[in-house]
Amino acid sequence: MLNVIWLLLLVSGIITAALNGNIEIVTEAALGAAKGAVEICFDLVGVMALWLGIMKIAERAGLVEGLARIMKPLMTKLFPGVPAEHPAMGAIILNLSANMLGLGNAATPFGMKAMQELQKLNNYSKEASEAMCTFLALNTSCITLIPATIIGVRLSLGSANPVEIVGPCIFATSVSMMIAVSLDYWFRNKSPLRRTK
Amino acid sequence: MLFEILNIISKWAIPFLLLVIPLYGLIKKVPVYETFVEGAEEGFTTAIKIIPFLVGMMVAISVFRASGAMEVLSNILEPVTSKMGAPAEILPLAIMRPLSGSGVLGLATELMRIYGPDSFIGRLASVMQGTTDTTFFVLTVYFGSVGIKKYRYSIVTGLVADISGFIASLYICNLLFR
Repeated sequence: MLNVIWLLLLVSGIITAALNGNIEIVTEAALGAAKGAVEICFDLVGVMALWLGIMKIAERAGLVEGLARIMKPLMTKLFPGVPAEHPAMGAIILNLSANMLGLGNAATPFGMKAMQELQKLNNYSKEASEAMCTFLALNTSCITLIPATIIGVRLSLGSANPVEIVGPCIFATSVSMMIAVSLDYWFRNKSPLRRTK
Repeated sequence: MLFEILNIISKWAIPFLLLVIPLYGLIKKVPVYETFVEGAEEGFTTAIKIIPFLVGMMVAISVFRASGAMEVLSNILEPVTSKMGAPAEILPLAIMRPLSGSGVLGLATELMRIYGPDSFIGRLASVMQGTTDTTFFVLTVYFGSVGIKKYRYSIVTGLVADISGFIASLYICNLLFR
């Protein structure tokens, strides 16, 4: 699936550029993006270090476990394959909370921590586990309570009411989250067993 | 009123976490600074691990966008989406939504600059920007950080969530702002 999408993006881009007689743009875009990707990763180093450090304190102090305990009834339903008090649960809750509050830069480190914990429970290290798929379904479709970035942009462009889009955002993300969770549930039950180790 | 509350929450969220977590750690007798450093150490290796995945994805997306293939796709989809109440101007944004977060923000800002943040297009662009995450970025980065190469059905789930988010945004904006 990913192989197909990746190839489609590249091939359709190169053919379009060639038909438009503007093939140079491909070189420029490809090299620019490669450089940009590394810059993003380096920008991430500091933020990752900060939040993973804070998270370690929260872990040692028992906060992450406490969070997992509070949310246990819901979390064990969503993640039947993960033990209720596993550190992955706390990291998932932190990631989703950060997402809901529009704290994108904190959400990414928490999410990666959650993935590392889920990977410890994964028997097939190259393939996504069911719990990972559920987590990412929740993560990509997550309800946004405070779309902070776009409120800022609207404010700077002189909107009379920069927050009027908050309600509609909550509505739209609730719909997409419900659909993602249902679809994931359906896939989990019908998907064939994994083979590759 | 709502604006003030949201503003306070987003201003205070990070300072609050940076205050409460270490203080709670102190109460629980955790050696806070040593523990912080121990956790922070993982930041570098994790960020470096995702480089190959992100380079691969961003190169393909960038070629797709810069070449004009995105406009071609948006012209193909236009007859269908206009029936759903989507202005043609909004389509590139909908296509970019699962691919690139910074791309979507740029497009949304541009649309608001041209049509005004309080126009129908401006509001719809805002709602779409605030709805669902950048599926491909999340999948690439999260799976990449633990070395997973087979994403199984999570791509389909993510994309269906994006499409349903797009339709829900269209529906609610047509209902409230038209």
